[in-house]
Amino acid sequence: MSAFIALLRRDIMLGLREGAATGTALGFYLVVVSLMPLGLGPDLNLLSRIAPGVLWVGLLLAALLTLPRMFEADAEDGTLDALSLGPMPLELVVLAKAIGHWLTTCIPLCLSAPILGLLLNLELSAYPALAATLLVGTPAVSLLGSAGAALTLRARKGGVLIALLVLPLYIPTLIFGIAAISAVVTPPGSFTSSFLMVTAVSLVSLVIGPLAAAAALRAQMG
Amino acid sequence: MAIALTAENLCIERGGRLVLDDVGFTIAGGDALVVTGPNGAGKTTLLRAIAGFLKPVAGQFYLRGGDTERDLGQHCHYAGHLDAVKSRLSVAENLAFWAHYLGGAPGEVTNALAAFGLTDLAEVTAAYLSAGQRRRLGLARLLAVERPIWLLDEPTVSLDEESRSRFAALVRVHLAAGGIAIAATHVDLGLSPVKTLHLSITQKAAA
Repeated sequence: MSAFIALLRRDIMLGLREGAATGTALGFYLVVVSLMPLGLGPDLNLLSRIAPGVLWVGLLLAALLTLPRMFEADAEDGTLDALSLGPMPLELVVLAKAIGHWLTTCIPLCLSAPILGLLLNLELSAYPALAATLLVGTPAVSLLGSAGAALTLRARKGGVLIALLVLPLYIPTLIFGIAAISAVVTPPGSFTSSFLMVTAVSLVSLVIGPLAAAAALRAQMG
Repeated sequence: MAIALTAENLCIERGGRLVLDDVGFTIAGGDALVVTGPNGAGKTTLLRAIAGFLKPVAGQFYLRGGDTERDLGQHCHYAGHLDAVKSRLSVAENLAFWAHYLGGAPGEVTNALAAFGLTDLAEVTAAYLSAGQRRRLGLARLLAVERPIWLLDEPTVSLDEESRSRFAALVRVHLAAGGIAIAATHVDLGLSPVKTLHLSITQKAAA
C-alpha cells in the first residue's frame, strides 16, 4: 500500500511540476469549445442545445492529447523497469498512474468545463448534472486511456493510433453522460438511469483498464 | 541459508534470433559474476532475463535461500543503461521515491547519498546533473533499498576514476554481506576474485 501511495504521490508531483501537459490540454479544450459559437453563429438556442455534447467531446479530445505521455516518460528513462521489480504487480502500477493522470489532467478539465459552458449558453439547470457526470465519467477516460497508452508505447507516432484505439471505447461514457444532462434540461428522461450507466462504465474500466494495460506493458518489456 | 542463483540450459530469443543458446551458471552469495563478450553477445539480454523482463524460450532459474513470498525479480536490483532518474525531481526526492516505493528504510537514503558523494547535491534538480552524477544517483538506489542480487549493466559508464573505485568498494561490501552481483561489462570493475561467464555470438536462427 505504501508503494502505491509513493507512486501516486510522485506522479502527482511530476504532473504539477511539468504542468505543460495539463496546460496544453486546458488550452486545447478552451480553443475547441470557443470555436463552436464562431462556427455555428450566434444562435443561442442551438448553442445551448448542443452545449453538453460539445463540452463532453471537447474534454475527451483534450484528455486524449495527454494520454501518450502516461507511460512514455517512464519507459524512456528506465523507470518502468525498476517499477516492475517493485513490491506490487504491474496492474497496480497502472492503476496508480491512471489515478495520477485523472487527478492532474481530468480534474482540471472537469473544473474548466462549467466555465466553458458560459460560452455555449448552457442552461443553468444543467450545471450540476454536467459537473456530476464529468466527475463520475472521467475516471473511465484515464483508465481506458491507460490501456491505449500501454498498447502504443513502442509505436512510433503512437498519438494517432491511440485515438483510433481509445476513442471508440469512450462512446458509452459519452452517450450516457450527454443523456443524463439532457434529461435534466429537457424532461422527460431519467437522469438517474443514465448517470448510473456512466458510473457502471467507470467501474468496469477500473477492472479492464489496468488488466489490459499491464498485459500490454509486459508484452513490450523485453 | 545463504542465497544462491542457478541458471540452467538458458535459451533466449530476440527478434527471431537465438541470442543465448544453452547458457548456464551457478553463483552463490558473496560471489560476483562478470559477464563478458562482444557486442550483441547477449549480456544485457541475460541480465534482463534474470530480472524477469524477458521470458526464456527454454531453461530455468533456480533461487535458493530467498524469500519465498517474492519472485526472483523482486530479489533483484536492475541497474541498466538507463538511470531511472526523473529530471523534475531533486536528487533527494528521486532517491526517497525509490526507497519508499521499494520498501527501504528511510534512514538509508541519507547514507546512500553519502556513499555516492551526492550529499551536497541533494537539493539540486536532477535535470542539472552531469551524466556521471546521474549515473551515481541511479546506482544509489542499490544502497537505499537492500536487495540480495545486483544486476549491473555497464555500471561504470561515465563514472570518473574516483567514483569507479568507490563503487567497486561498495560492491565488495555487498558481496561481503552475502549478496550476489552479476555485472555485464567490458572494463575491469576492480572486483577480485570473480567468476567469469563469457558469451559468444550465436549464429543459429531460432527454431
